[in-house]
Amino acid sequence: MSEKQALLSVEGVETYYGNIRALSGVTVHADPGEIVALIGANGAGKSTLMMTIFGMPRARTGRVIFDGKDITQLPTHEIARLRIAQSPEGRRIFPRMTVQENLQMGASLDKLEYFDEDSRMVFDLFPRLKERINQRGGTLSGGEQQMLAIGRALMARPRLLLLDEPSLGLAPLIIKHIFEAIKELNKTTGLTVFLVEQNAFGALKLADRGYVMVNGIVTMSGSSAELLANPEVRAAYLEGGRH
Amino acid sequence: MADVQKIEPDSVFAKAVKEGLLAGALAFGLFFLIVGFRTDQNIRNELVLNQRWGLLAIFVLVAGIGRFLLTAYITPWSEARSKNKRAAVEKEQSAFRKSFPKIGLGLLLIYPFLVILILWAYNGSIMGGLQGSLKYVDNFGIQILIYVMLAWGLNIVVGLAGLLDLGYVAFYAVGAYSYALLSTHFGLSFWLLLPMAGIFAALWGIMLGFPVLRLRGDYLAIVTLAFGEIIRLVLINWTVVTKGTFGISGIAKATLFGIPFTPGPTGFAALLGLPNSGVYYKIFLYYLILLLALLTAWVTIRLRRMPIGRAWEALREDEIACRSLGINTTTTKLTAFATGAMFGGFAGSFFAARQGFVSPESFVFLESAIILAIVVLGGMGSLVGIAIAAAVMIGGTELLRELEFLKRIFGPDFTPELYRMLLFGLAMIVVMVWKPRGFVGNREPSAFLHKRKMVSSEFTKEGHG
Amino acid sequence: MVSEVQNNPTAILRVERLSMKFGGLIAINDLNFEARRGAITALIGPNGAGKTTVFNCITGFYKPTEGMLTMTRQNGEEYLLERMADFVITKKAKVARTFQNIRLFSGLTVLENLLVAQHNPLMLSSGFTILGLLGLPTYKKAASDAIEKARFWLDKINLVERADDPAGDLPYGAQRRLEIARAMCTDPELLCLDEPAAGLNARESAELNKLLLDIRDETGTSILLIEHDMSVVMEISDHVVVLEYGTKISDGTPETVKNDPKVIAAYLGVEDEEVVELIEQAEAAGVDDITAAVDLLSTEALHEIEEAHPDMAPATLIPSAPAKVRRARATAAKKPVVKSVTDKTAAKPAAASTVKSKPINPAAKSLVAIKPGATANALAEPRGGKADKLIIIKGIGPVNERKLNEHGIFHFDQIAAWKKADIIAAEAYLAFDGRIAREDWIGQAKKLAKQSQVTPAPKKTRGAK
Repeated sequence: MSEKQALLSVEGVETYYGNIRALSGVTVHADPGEIVALIGANGAGKSTLMMTIFGMPRARTGRVIFDGKDITQLPTHEIARLRIAQSPEGRRIFPRMTVQENLQMGASLDKLEYFDEDSRMVFDLFPRLKERINQRGGTLSGGEQQMLAIGRALMARPRLLLLDEPSLGLAPLIIKHIFEAIKELNKTTGLTVFLVEQNAFGALKLADRGYVMVNGIVTMSGSSAELLANPEVRAAYLEGGRH
Repeated sequence: MADVQKIEPDSVFAKAVKEGLLAGALAFGLFFLIVGFRTDQNIRNELVLNQRWGLLAIFVLVAGIGRFLLTAYITPWSEARSKNKRAAVEKEQSAFRKSFPKIGLGLLLIYPFLVILILWAYNGSIMGGLQGSLKYVDNFGIQILIYVMLAWGLNIVVGLAGLLDLGYVAFYAVGAYSYALLSTHFGLSFWLLLPMAGIFAALWGIMLGFPVLRLRGDYLAIVTLAFGEIIRLVLINWTVVTKGTFGISGIAKATLFGIPFTPGPTGFAALLGLPNSGVYYKIFLYYLILLLALLTAWVTIRLRRMPIGRAWEALREDEIACRSLGINTTTTKLTAFATGAMFGGFAGSFFAARQGFVSPESFVFLESAIILAIVVLGGMGSLVGIAIAAAVMIGGTELLRELEFLKRIFGPDFTPELYRMLLFGLAMIVVMVWKPRGFVGNREPSAFLHKRKMVSSEFTKEGHG
Repeated sequence: MVSEVQNNPTAILRVERLSMKFGGLIAINDLNFEARRGAITALIGPNGAGKTTVFNCITGFYKPTEGMLTMTRQNGEEYLLERMADFVITKKAKVARTFQNIRLFSGLTVLENLLVAQHNPLMLSSGFTILGLLGLPTYKKAASDAIEKARFWLDKINLVERADDPAGDLPYGAQRRLEIARAMCTDPELLCLDEPAAGLNARESAELNKLLLDIRDETGTSILLIEHDMSVVMEISDHVVVLEYGTKISDGTPETVKNDPKVIAAYLGVEDEEVVELIEQAEAAGVDDITAAVDLLSTEALHEIEEAHPDMAPATLIPSAPAKVRRARATAAKKPVVKSVTDKTAAKPAAASTVKSKPINPAAKSLVAIKPGATANALAEPRGGKADKLIIIKGIGPVNERKLNEHGIFHFDQIAAWKKADIIAAEAYLAFDGRIAREDWIGQAKKLAKQSQVTPAPKKTRGAK
C-alpha cells in the first residue's frame, strides 16, 4: 500500500441481501487526490459496494475506513456529514423539487453558505440545468436527471465523490464534458473520486487506478494503463461491442 | 492502516450491566411519581398520600433486570440463532408450511365437534357439552371466520391490486342491509338473497370505483374512507327505510334446505330426533361461513392464475407498465373493487342472518381499520397469513373477555375488555417490527416453468393505490 | 423478411408536424419523420432534446399539442395514435414500448412478466375470466400456449433458467432484455425502445444488437429506438433521425448522419478543430467515415498511455499479428511510433458471420473487428483457410463459435491444447463461468481432434454429442 494514508479503504467487506451474498471479501482503497474506477459486468456488485460504503446495506463483515475513522457502523447521514457525496444508481433526485431546490438539498451541509459559488460551478458544467432551474426534477429528461444527480453531489463540497455510472443515459458529448470536469476538479481541488462505470474504456482513461469486479469479488487491480492493456480486461470489458 | 482508531466493543456482560442500570434508573425516574405515590380518599373525604415503595422497587427491578437479560443473553442468542439457521432451517420450515393449509382446513372442518367432544368429556353430559360449545363455536369460530372472509375479500383489492381501501365496511353494510330489508319486506329466503347481496355490493363497488379511479395512494384512501362514512350516515339518517339508529330487527334466520332451526315440531332438532338446543343453528352457521370463506379463497386462488388476477398484481407492481402492455387499467381496477365488494356483501348478508339484527353501529370505521389491519398483519396477498392474522387478532381479543384471572392480579375493578384495543395496538406494533411484511410476506407465483419458488417480499411492492 | 424492407418502402409510422408544449416549455417543435416498415429507425440527440417525449406521444402517454401520428399496420389498417388511449395503442395499433428506467413487475417472476404481456388474448380465451373460472379446456390450452410463447422469448434472451425468479432479482442487463421480450409478447408491429443499451457494457450491447437484429429479421417487427450508445445506433440502424431542442437537425442513413457536421457539433462530441484534424487524418488513411476516425482517438489514447508506461508495453501481451495497414497509416499521420496495441486482427470468418443482412458500413466494420487472441495458441487465420465446426462440441453454439473464431480459435486441437490460463481467458470473453470445465470442452475437443486427424474434413458427427 502507498506511504500516504488512504482516504477511503474498504477491507474485506462482505455484504448480503437477505441470504444472498453480494460482496465477498472486497478490499479496495482510494488515496487522497486519486481517481479510482471500478469496472465489471452488470450484477457484479459494483453498486452494492458503493451503497455499502454508505452503510445501506451495512457490511456484515469487514471494515470501511474513511480518513482513519471506522465508518462501518456509522449511520448513513453521519457518513454523508464526513463529506462523502454520492451520485447513486437510479439518480434518486427529488422529483417534486425544482432543480434549484435539489441543488440546495445537496448544499445543505454548509447551510447554503457557498451555494451561489458552487451552483455557478455546476451550471458551468451543465448549462442545461441552468435552463431548467425552476423546473421540477421529475419532469427533466433522463439525461438531465443524471446531470442533476451529479450536480447535487458536487454541491456538498465532497472530499470523496462516489459516482455510480455517471455516463448512464447521457449523450456522448456530455459524457466527455463530465469526464473532463471530474478530471479538472480532481486536479484543481484534489477531489478524490471513486467511480463505477459500464463505459470501462472512458472510466479507465479518466482514472489513475482501477479494479475489476466479478460476482462480488475483486479479481484484478492495477493502474489504469495496466488494466487497459490487460488482454483479459480488454476481451471482457472493452471490446465486446466492437465487431 | 496502523493508526486506525480501534473501536473495540465492550464485553457483552459489561455492556449489559451498564444498560440494565440505565434502564433501572430510567424506570425509577418514570415511575417515581406515577407508581411510587398514590392519592386516595379516606373515609372523611380527605385526600391522603400513600407511598408504595415496594411496588416501585418491583417496577424498577423488572426494567433493569429485563434489560440486562435482553442485552446479555437474549440478543446474542437470537443473533447466533438467526445466523446459524439461515440456510438449513428454511427447508424444514417449508415442509411444515406446505402442509399447514391442509392441517388448518382439517381442523376447521371438525372444530365444532371437537369442541363438543372435549366439553362433553369435561362436563360429563352431552347437554353440557352442547350448551358449553355455543360460546366457542359462535364467539370464536363464527366471529373469526367472518373476519377471515372479510379480510380475504379486502385482500383482493389491497393485497392483489394494491388499491388502499379504507371504506371496505361499507360493502359489508350494503350486504347486511340488502338481506335485512329484502327479507323483512318481501320475505325472500336467505339462499336467494345471499347472491343478490353480493351483486348489490359489487354494484356499489363499481359505483365507488368510477370516481376514484384517477386517485392514487393517500387520496384514494381518504375518498374510500369518506365513502364508508357516507354509507353509514345514510343508514342512520334515512330513517324511513333503515329505521336509523334503531336498526332492523327480527330478520329471518337462514334455513337448511327449507328446514328451519326452530324449537317447533318442524324444526331441525325435532326432525332428527335430537335434544332441543340453540347450538345446531350455530353449528350450521359455522359451516355456512366456513363454506363462504372457502369460496372466497377458492375464487381468489383461481383468479390469481387467470389473466385478470395477474393484471391485478401487475397493477400493484407498476401501473404505467401495465398500460404499455395494452391492459385497460380502468376495468382492471373496477373488477378488483367489484370482486372484493362482492365478498364483503356475502359476508354482510351472513352477518345479518346470524345476528337477526343490523344497525349502523356495526359498520363503523373501526371495523374497516380492523379488517385492513388483518390483511396487513397477515401479509398482503397471502391467504394463509391473513387467516392466521384474523385468528390471532379476533380470537385474541375474544380471549381477553375470558381472562378472569387478571382480576385477581389487578384487583376486582379491572376489566380486561377495556384493554382490548390497547393490546390490539401493541400486538400490531410488535408484529410489524418483527415481520414488517406480515406473517407471510412471500408471494407464491401464479405460474412456473421449472419449479415454484416463493418470491421474497423484498421484491414485491405494496402498490400505490 | 429483410427483402420486404426493400420491396415495401411504405412507412409504418408517419410523424407529421408533431408539437408538444408543457406550459411555456416547448419540448417538440414541428417534428416530421417516418419509420419504415421492417427497418430499425434510431432517434438520437442531446439530453433533453425531446426524444422520450416523442416516444410518449407515439405510445399515448402524452397527448401531443399538435400534429398527426399515423400508424399503418401490416393489414393496411391505419390508426391515428394521437387520438387513442395508451393501452388501446398497444392493443389495437400494435405498438409496444420499453422504458428508460426499466419498468418491470419486480415482484412477479420473469415468466409472469411475460404472461401479463399476453393479457388481452388470454382474456379473450378465458371468456373474460368467467369461462376460465369454470375450468374450460379452451383456456387451459391458451394458457399453456402463452407459457410456450414466453419460453420462446426467454430462450431468445437467454433467461430460461431464471424463469421462476422474481424479475427484480435479475441483473440490470438481463432486466433490459426481459423488458424487450415482454414488449415482444404483445405481438407488436412497431417496437419502441427507450435507451435499451443504457447501463450495458460493451459485450452486453453487442448481444443486444444481435437480439434487435433477430427481432427485425425473424418477426418482421419494425423498431424505433432512442439510444446514446453509438456502437448500437450506427451498427444496427437503417435510418437515423437526430433531434436537438425538439426539432430535427438531421435525418438519413447512419453514414450521412454521422458525417453531418451539425450532428457532430451538437451530439457526437468531437470539437471542431479536432474534427477537421480527424477528417484529414482519415482521408490520408483512406477512411471515409468519421466514427472510424473517432475510433482512432481512443487508439491514440492507448498509445499515450503506452508511452507513459514503456515498461509494460501491451503489445508484448498480445500475440503478434500483422498490423492492419490502413489503421497503421492513419495512426502514423499523427504519431510516428506505430505499435500494434489495438491492432485489430482482422478475423475474417468473424466479420463475415456478423450482421450479414445489413452491410451498413464496411469501412467501419473492418476497422472495428478487434480481437486480439486472448489464448496462447490463437491463430490469425484458420489453417488451410478452413475452420473446424466448433459447434460440434457440446456447449458451443453458433454465437460462441463466432466469438472463438474472432479470438483466433478455429480448430479442435487448439481447444484440446488449452491450459488453465487459456480457459480463464476464454471464459472471460465468452462470459462463461466454469462452463468449459463442466461441459468438458477440452475432452470433447481432444476426441474430435483425433477424429479429424483420421478424417481430414470433419463432418457433423452425431456420435460426438
